[in-house]
Amino acid sequence: MYSIIKTRLLKKIVTRSLKPEQAAALESIGLELKKEIRRKFGRSLHLREVDTGSCGACESEIMAVNNPIYDLQRFGINFVASPRHADALMVTGPLSKNMEIALKKTYDAMPEPKFVITVGDCALDGGLFKGSYYIDKKINEIVPVALHISGCPPSPSRIMQALLDFMRKELA
Amino acid sequence: MPGTDLITIINNKQPNFKAIAVTIPYADEIVIQVKAEDFRKVCLVLHESLSSPVMAFFAVDDRQKQAKFTIYCYFLNIPQGQWVAVSLDIPSVDPYFDSLAKDIYSAHLFEREIWEMFGLEPRGNPDLRRLRLHDEVWPTGNYPLRKDFREIIAGEKKDYKFARVEGEGIFEVPVGPVHAGIIGPGHFRFSVAGEPIIHLESRLGFTHRGVEKLFEGKSLAAGLLLAECVSGDSVIAHSLAYSLAAEKIAGITIGKKTAYCRAIVLELERMYNHVNDIGGIALDVGFSFPAALAAIIKESILQANEKLTGSRYLKGMNKLGGISLEMNPEQQEELTAALSKIKEDFTALVEILDNSVSFVDRVDGTGTLKMEIAEDLGVLGLAGRAAGVKIDLRKHFPSLYHEAKHKIITGRAGDVLARLKVRIEEFNESGRLIAEFLNKISSAETEDSKINPVSGKALGYSEGWRGPVLYWLKTNPAGIIERCKITDPSFHNWPGLSYAVIGEIIPDFPLCNKSFDLSYAGNDL
Ligand code: SF4
Repeated sequence: MYSIIKTRLLKKIVTRSLKPEQAAALESIGLELKKEIRRKFGRSLHLREVDTGSCGACESEIMAVNNPIYDLQRFGINFVASPRHADALMVTGPLSKNMEIALKKTYDAMPEPKFVITVGDCALDGGLFKGSYYIDKKINEIVPVALHISGCPPSPSRIMQALLDFMRKELA
Repeated sequence: MPGTDLITIINNKQPNFKAIAVTIPYADEIVIQVKAEDFRKVCLVLHESLSSPVMAFFAVDDRQKQAKFTIYCYFLNIPQGQWVAVSLDIPSVDPYFDSLAKDIYSAHLFEREIWEMFGLEPRGNPDLRRLRLHDEVWPTGNYPLRKDFREIIAGEKKDYKFARVEGEGIFEVPVGPVHAGIIGPGHFRFSVAGEPIIHLESRLGFTHRGVEKLFEGKSLAAGLLLAECVSGDSVIAHSLAYSLAAEKIAGITIGKKTAYCRAIVLELERMYNHVNDIGGIALDVGFSFPAALAAIIKESILQANEKLTGSRYLKGMNKLGGISLEMNPEQQEELTAALSKIKEDFTALVEILDNSVSFVDRVDGTGTLKMEIAEDLGVLGLAGRAAGVKIDLRKHFPSLYHEAKHKIITGRAGDVLARLKVRIEEFNESGRLIAEFLNKISSAETEDSKINPVSGKALGYSEGWRGPVLYWLKTNPAGIIERCKITDPSFHNWPGLSYAVIGEIIPDFPLCNKSFDLSYAGNDL
């Protein structure tokens, strides 16, 4: 218990802005975004992640977005456990034949309004795995994709920035 | 004749056995070619006398040139630091071989794989259900790793038959493939009697991408890029195993400095993954403060990786015959500074976990995998060591790790606590190894070489953070890959998880699962 208190006091706040020089701008985007989200989705935006064949690094970065350093939650974006609670679906990886049905079902289980975000080069068109006997379709042939975040894997700051930009432009 | 001692061992048990040929293509590999009737017997003798599970078992389609398939079954000879392969030619008409599965459990999944990918029947294997080509979407009779496979021809689509536990009061609980967290897809079917789990069947393959086929036709250099994307949390482990195979084929050795750099990044990969899992275990019992601290440590290592190599996941820096990492004094200093800060945080993290009685109580005795079962199943790597299986490739083959006095870390209990402890100790050991390597690196020479295209076949390997990663490569004279077989430790270890959860309750499954932290991508390929 004491070591927890000690560590907590010593560590202080570790949360970092994307880039220190953008700190002020980011906070204002964040606040603006919060307002937009409140208007459009009521309080907060809930995301649900589905892996359709990723190598795992894209997931790792999406997890990092939630760590105390990037802490996406402070802008009102949360990851949820069920598609039924989600406003947007985040998809990673090329689309393995085995995941086509699961992806469709997950999307269908989400309430309207909803949209899909693909994360990582694989999720755009199969990436390095394009042309495989087991990659038949692209993700946007199964569900409509509103935003793609490129990278292999995209870094947490890139994911955050892309989300914020998108929300500002498209959903305002 | 080469390999006399091994043949003597086999002859002691099988006096009439005569090998067709014994070759030692590389100092660390011996290949015994056998007749069809000897295949099973020889594998059994090696399995027992070397106390080795089947480390890799795969087929190659040689029909274009030689009208046959070839299968290779690899064992590990720890005292000699050598891989022992048993090879068998299989005629292309009515192809089959004698199954090992009933005697050697660790051969079982490999046989199912050979069957679904090549259509070679492991005669006598009681379970020929497919692993990755799901019956619902892939019609029967299509074998994608055969050289003449072009596209799906008609066949039947079916439903997958799960093993069923029947009886009064038995419930079945299906979970997945899409899970609640940010993780890969897999389907788990629990049979429970009241609360305790009495059977778990994991159906995987959901992230199957046909990776092995994608290697075919690529140059060795192009293959390296793909190897880095097979399992995203083991970029270096896969990259090193692949490059070792390629370098063996090309007959080149790497400079000492490259070897140091490679070992350093391999240990960095181990560290960020171990701390990630330590945090994950804490999180799965609802202890969120240390989980947050672990996430901070992981992030610091990823950032140190990026500073050092330009990539958080250490991608794109390993090359065939060398490495594009300078490791100048400035970089060394930065890394040392970063690691000392990380070590401080890590010590605090461990202290918090150790001092929480309720946490330790929660993980102690949970998800136990006993040593005998681990050995029978062929569970390897970290999960194996936590149960007392002393296999660590860093130790068994001559390498820099010897001079650095690397010590194998093992546990005994095989429960979540044991896996946690092995992680903690390995994390510290990795930190020590990196410091040791950094000390010596300045004086090391770089003498890297270029890969020239040649034909050949070789096994490459590395001890990643999960366990041994194996790559077997075969190239043609133009240096183009004809076959690439990947064995990720996850493939060996998934059955271990099914045993570890027996008697536990379903809400403990995420905890047990996290303590193994197996890769979907590495297993599904
Ligand atoms: S984009 Fe890159 S990191 Fe993401 S799943 Fe594909 S290979 Fe892995």
